[in-house]
Amino acid sequence: MNITSPASCAGAFRPHVAEEVSLVLHNATVNGEYRHLVVQTSALAAQARAGQFFQLLCPAPPGEAPFFRRPMSVYGTDITANTVSFLYKVAGVGTRGLATLRPGDALPLLGPLGQGFVLDPAWRHVVAIGRGAGLATLGPLAVAAEAAGIGMTAILSARTPELVMSEDLFRRHGAKVIAVTDSDGSSDPAHLRRLLCMMIADDRCDALFTCGSQRVLRLMQRLAREFDLPGQVALEQQMACGLGMCFCCVRDFNVGGEIVHKRVCWDGPVFDLQEAVA
Amino acid sequence: MTQMSVRIGRLTLANPVMPASGTFAEGMGGVFDLNRLGALVTKTITAELRAGNPLPRVAEVQGGMLNAIGIPSKGVAYFLSHTLPHYSRCRAPLVVSISAPTAEGFAAIAAAVSVAGVAAIEANISCPNIEEDGRAFAQRAGATEAVIRQICAATPLPVWAKLSPNVGDIAEIARAAESAGAEAVVVANTILAMSIDLATFRPRLGNTMGGLSGPAIKPIVLRQVYQTARAVRIPVIGCGGISSAEDAAEYMIAGATAVQVGTASFLKSDTMTDIIDGLDRFCTQHGLARVAELTGAIRLEADHAETAEMETVT
Ligand SMILES: Cc1cc2nc3c(=O)[nH]c(=O)nc-3n(C[C@H](O)[C@H](O)[C@H](O)COP(=O)(O)OP(=O)(O)OC[C@H]3O[C@@H](n4cnc5c(N)ncnc54)[C@H](O)[C@@H]3O)c2cc1C
Ligand SMILES: Cc1cc2nc3c(=O)[nH]c(=O)nc-3n(C[C@H](O)[C@H](O)[C@H](O)COP(=O)(O)O)c2cc1C
Ligand code: FES
Repeated sequence: MNITSPASCAGAFRPHVAEEVSLVLHNATVNGEYRHLVVQTSALAAQARAGQFFQLLCPAPPGEAPFFRRPMSVYGTDITANTVSFLYKVAGVGTRGLATLRPGDALPLLGPLGQGFVLDPAWRHVVAIGRGAGLATLGPLAVAAEAAGIGMTAILSARTPELVMSEDLFRRHGAKVIAVTDSDGSSDPAHLRRLLCMMIADDRCDALFTCGSQRVLRLMQRLAREFDLPGQVALEQQMACGLGMCFCCVRDFNVGGEIVHKRVCWDGPVFDLQEAVA
Repeated sequence: MTQMSVRIGRLTLANPVMPASGTFAEGMGGVFDLNRLGALVTKTITAELRAGNPLPRVAEVQGGMLNAIGIPSKGVAYFLSHTLPHYSRCRAPLVVSISAPTAEGFAAIAAAVSVAGVAAIEANISCPNIEEDGRAFAQRAGATEAVIRQICAATPLPVWAKLSPNVGDIAEIARAAESAGAEAVVVANTILAMSIDLATFRPRLGNTMGGLSGPAIKPIVLRQVYQTARAVRIPVIGCGGISSAEDAAEYMIAGATAVQVGTASFLKSDTMTDIIDGLDRFCTQHGLARVAELTGAIRLEADHAETAEMETVT
């Protein structure tokens, strides 16, 4: 999954990451917790692929000042209109700042960054389970799967039915959607396990994808081992540079039985399902 | 067009702007052409394999950041087989930052990285010296002189000494580095600091203490560059909170021959090329043909310098 970077200074220079000031087109609430942000970018930024992310220089909300840029998964792109969208939860000072942006405002950003999801054209049907901000990360996977002619079942998990997001996006791109919630107990790992086992038995699960829940990650790892299925997980970690330079975003990974550090921003954020240490 | 080149001992740099160690790696080469830089400076490497510090490794504070990354290092062999070839086609000279827990260790790693493709060695002597109770080499003139002398004896390459700002008299340390054979001093590393999370009463860094960098430290390090430049003949490379061409110009006017940019690249990855372009414009606006004319161009009232020194004692 890791694309080794080309040698520096080789041949004529062509950037593959855009450092630019985007223009806010839309920034509005989706539900009580999440907001949808759409920005006008360069063509290079709009080429972001599913699983990649941007570093956003969030404006300062009144009386506070975020210092670092904040990592945000690409939720959608439009390569004809050159737009990129994000789905974010207002969590702290940086995202509070993002929430103050209005159409016409400038938003400096860096991206696309990191290694995204990889789809094997030999797969016929894949299953993704996302929760919270993980749904933002998995959204564009539905678009990529549709484009590759791969079917998808998306299991969207949330605390309550009102907080289930992105159903339309997944459906529009041909995914079968199953919403599960904590309030009716359907998001429970035992229930998810039954759902996944059914899909595996129906031969509708050539690969597993997840983002946003440690519980789901552990469940998927066990199932994938039992049934010998490939899988990928998108992970989060606090970031400063976003470009693999500072080593603040490392996590433990299990590579062939050995625990090693990898940088989430550079080696990921999408990793092999079994390498993640849940 | 300003003549942008500067001389650092035996090296001539195309311009005075380079990254600060630990804030630069190949990822930056995806954003802009690294050949635009005056030099490339690697993350500090050590002879042994090291994992680095516990998380969280960074925290944001007013006007800057704290870091306690540690020095996760894959060792010299990895540097020679992977990092070095990666930059082999860059015109910008490659400066390798090294560290070790002993003076002998410093000499050994300096010798090991003295290969074709490396233009200079930056000795990060802000790390603990296990032979002196873990006190940083750069905190004592004697230890600084001894370690730099051993490094210089071990390598034919120019040696730059990267000093710590966590000292009372930085000029004295700089003089020790100069007399031991350093061709330049880099002023400075991060300022030892900490921060506590008021919700949990826990330190906000996994390592409890860490280094402060970014705009918050600029006035302090600028003062140290000024003091150092007046004390030594070798070039001073200014480093601390530089985010704009104006900041870089201020450092040069205080006495720096070149500058390093660290934290600012985390907020805008092409800050260094902005600074190069901005310095060019700044010189044009001030009628300077060569950027090197900025170095030490500070104007002081007669006697002002002496008075200033006295006042700081009170
Ligand atoms: C690759 C990646 C993709 C992400 N995609 C999304 C997304 O699409 N939608 C979304 O809502 N959130 C996403 N996140 C999480 C998002 O980055 C954090 O919610 C955000 O940084 C919080 O910043 P804050 O200032 O509002 O919160 P604060 O808690 O004030 O942040 C303090 C510090 O901690 C860091 N931090 C806090 N929470 C997280 C976290 N979960 N992950 C990483 N760093 C964190 C911040 O960046 C900042 O440095 C993603 C994280 C990563 C690493
Ligand atoms: C994340 C991070 C990692 C660093 N790693 C190193 C290092 O490995 N070696 C070193 O000599 N200095 C290291 N530094 C210090 C910088 O090189 C520089 O001296 C300091 O950050 C001040 O400059 P700035 O304010 O422009 O960042 C590091 C700084 C940061 C922020
Ligand atoms: S955020 Fe700097 S290495 Fe990942």
